[in-house]
Amino acid sequence: MSRKAGLPRRDFLKAMGAAAGVAAALPPRAEADEAIKRDHGKQESDGQGHGAAQRVTPFQSPLFFNSVEADAVVALVDTLIPKDDVGPGGVEVGIPTFIDRAMAGAFGRGARMYLQGPFAEGTPEQGYQLSLTPAELYRLGIADLNNWCAKSYGGNHFHQLSPSNRRLVLEEIESGKVEFAQVPAGVFFQLLLQNTMEGYFGDPIHGGNRDKATWEMIGFPGVGDGYIETIETYRNKKYFTNPKSIQDLS
Amino acid sequence: MATRLKPVDIVIVGLGWTGGIFAKELSDSGLSVLVLERGNPRDTFPDFLAPNIHDEIRYAQRHELMQDASRDTLSFRNNASQTALPMRQLGSFLPGDGVGGAGVHWNGQTWRWLPWDHEPLTRTLARYGKKAIPAEMNLQDWGISYDELEPFYDKFERLCGISGKAGNLRGVKIKGGNIFEGTRQNDYPNPPLTQSYAGELFEKATEGLGYHAFPCPSANASQPYTNPDEVAFGQCNYCGFCERFGCWSNAKASPHFTLVPLLAAKPNVEIRTGARVLKVNLDEAGKRAKSVTYANARGVTFEQPAELVILAAYTLGNTHLMLLSGIGRPYDPQSGEGVVGRNYTYQINSGATVFLKKDTWLNPFMGAGALQMVIDDFNGDNFDHLREGFIGGGNIYCPSYGGRPFGFRPVPAGTPRWGTKWKREVVDHYHRTLFVNNQGSVMAYRHNYLDLDPNYRDPFGRPLLRMTFDFHPNEKRQADVLADVCVGIGRAIGAERVDRVGAPEKYSITPYQTTHNAGGAVLGTDPNTSAVNRYLQSWDVSNVFVAGASAFPQNSSKNPTGPVGALAFWAADAIKNRYLKNPGLLT
Repeated sequence: MSRKAGLPRRDFLKAMGAAAGVAAALPPRAEADEAIKRDHGKQESDGQGHGAAQRVTPFQSPLFFNSVEADAVVALVDTLIPKDDVGPGGVEVGIPTFIDRAMAGAFGRGARMYLQGPFAEGTPEQGYQLSLTPAELYRLGIADLNNWCAKSYGGNHFHQLSPSNRRLVLEEIESGKVEFAQVPAGVFFQLLLQNTMEGYFGDPIHGGNRDKATWEMIGFPGVGDGYIETIETYRNKKYFTNPKSIQDLS
Repeated sequence: MATRLKPVDIVIVGLGWTGGIFAKELSDSGLSVLVLERGNPRDTFPDFLAPNIHDEIRYAQRHELMQDASRDTLSFRNNASQTALPMRQLGSFLPGDGVGGAGVHWNGQTWRWLPWDHEPLTRTLARYGKKAIPAEMNLQDWGISYDELEPFYDKFERLCGISGKAGNLRGVKIKGGNIFEGTRQNDYPNPPLTQSYAGELFEKATEGLGYHAFPCPSANASQPYTNPDEVAFGQCNYCGFCERFGCWSNAKASPHFTLVPLLAAKPNVEIRTGARVLKVNLDEAGKRAKSVTYANARGVTFEQPAELVILAAYTLGNTHLMLLSGIGRPYDPQSGEGVVGRNYTYQINSGATVFLKKDTWLNPFMGAGALQMVIDDFNGDNFDHLREGFIGGGNIYCPSYGGRPFGFRPVPAGTPRWGTKWKREVVDHYHRTLFVNNQGSVMAYRHNYLDLDPNYRDPFGRPLLRMTFDFHPNEKRQADVLADVCVGIGRAIGAERVDRVGAPEKYSITPYQTTHNAGGAVLGTDPNTSAVNRYLQSWDVSNVFVAGASAFPQNSSKNPTGPVGALAFWAADAIKNRYLKNPGLLT
């Protein structure tokens, strides 16, 4: 839980580049190197020398995604929330793990959704009307995304595109310019964005927001605190404590 | 074939605020009372303990304490030309499920509705004349005045330990309270919560504009409290995990600790959980309820005979059960006749996002579900509507509910939704953004209604409830006019930037708005325009009473729980003191 616990992490990050800190339990250096060797996919260069550094690896042990899907999820998350001078990137705080666990569990399986037919498209005001669970939507959506990228970018899957092309693809999907073969691209993107933000801002107990890095970035003190006095004494004063998560207090 | 069980005197469907109040009040009669709750038992210990309850993903995003749409949902369309489609996951509103109902995960904003809200038809005609009422609006009086209900509002405030400041105590107007409120005989049982910095800024700005700010009456207790039933409350510690969560310190009034333990101690009351009532069974003439059929957690059905049936499910569940059971005539929007499903209403939101100067520290994570400052200057009939061109009004407020980081990420309009620029704006504005919101009333209209869906069924084989609803020009005008008021307040606070949020074009089932659904089984004095009389008694099946916000003939801008609780006490009083002595239609 403490960031000191994972000493290999710093070396690992150095070796893998910004986008690599995926697994919840970090692999030792040798395994990380091995993972680089295994990742034999091509990588576009964006002309800024970022190609190799942005290389992504599958999760150490995904519960739901296969290795192709895992590559896509890592690249998607890295594009939506890159590591930058503002704060941590989505991959390094474990969002792919968050999404993977969510898809393997009740949410991904649509446990609390009404999924009986008949199915019809409906109006935007009528909301989600697909027959798919979230996990099924990811599976088909990622396949669609990779096929679309392969057609538009010389056979490359999404994770093999340069960072700038990945951004472009997501901007086009978001603005409704892209049609997928199997699922509505916009609906897939909306779910991906929602889950990405959940993983970034939610409690680390779910696999994202590792080391409470996101909470530290925005100045959220975390859980279990009370402000019975400070709500008055800290009016218009900065209040900051090291954030606490559920596991810190359990 | 359902197993027939031993008869009881009174069966109550649902164990939220209304079911709990009826059970407690009616158990005094010594009659046997059985409460059937579809969900699970739950209690502060072990279900709502910190830190595990402070999990935004589990409770706010995955709705763990709420209705499970795979079992209970409805279909929706904006108008009758469309085919209604199922609400496949929760969104616009979040009904409860399990012991305590939505009373476990509410904010705790506990209002007495304005006197105007109880008789809007009479008062609108008196002040503006018939021309002020749009053609398709079904504007109706309750048949109970505020003054008649006042003692019952008081009872509910004491049960919940409401923290607030009176603004009209026995006719004396008090600065700092809501001077527009109806006359109250007693002050609140507890003083107001400590305001946040955002609330303080709102208070100063609105005072400067000539408005009258006051603290929202709160069921988050400002100090330790013991209610008249000797139930002890903790003190709210402003943890910011309130609405959508259970309260770990019993500072937020909830039926699960204020009522359920009292019921459990009574030998003539039984609570049966995992008992989903599927139907009320009537006699051959359809004039008298004989029993209810329910499915237990395993889906096995039972027939439970009873002399008296109280429907105390959520608003939508009450209307659904009435339609499924043939209690009262279903509403037909073509002819305008029939009453069950008529006058379904909601609320409308608008407002302003107010970005303050850099180095302003609002500490948004310090909050409580009912921590907010409010003005009522644009509510009810507290201003001249003729000039504005609409009926009704808004509850304009500045909330400090907590800055839970998934849900609270204000950024200026036009900011991308992801990427570095997005992240920079989130970090830049987290500590210095407040909201000035309008929660607006919604009147009833001929073509907004509830009925049974012809295409979709629930897992128990019953047709889903079908909602046909959209916003009308009267409400959109109100939301737009009051959005401008919100913007004005934002500017007066001294903002660096104010983003206006105007009226929605159409109602959508997707984004969360409010869990303030109302109507469908409305009360009144005319059986042609109301499903229940002023004691919440079915006009047609006199041993069935229907409690909750389903009874509101139109929706106020205020949160519903106050009048829901008051009406439950009012109707329980009528049953206890009059109906049980002489069963039949109360007049």
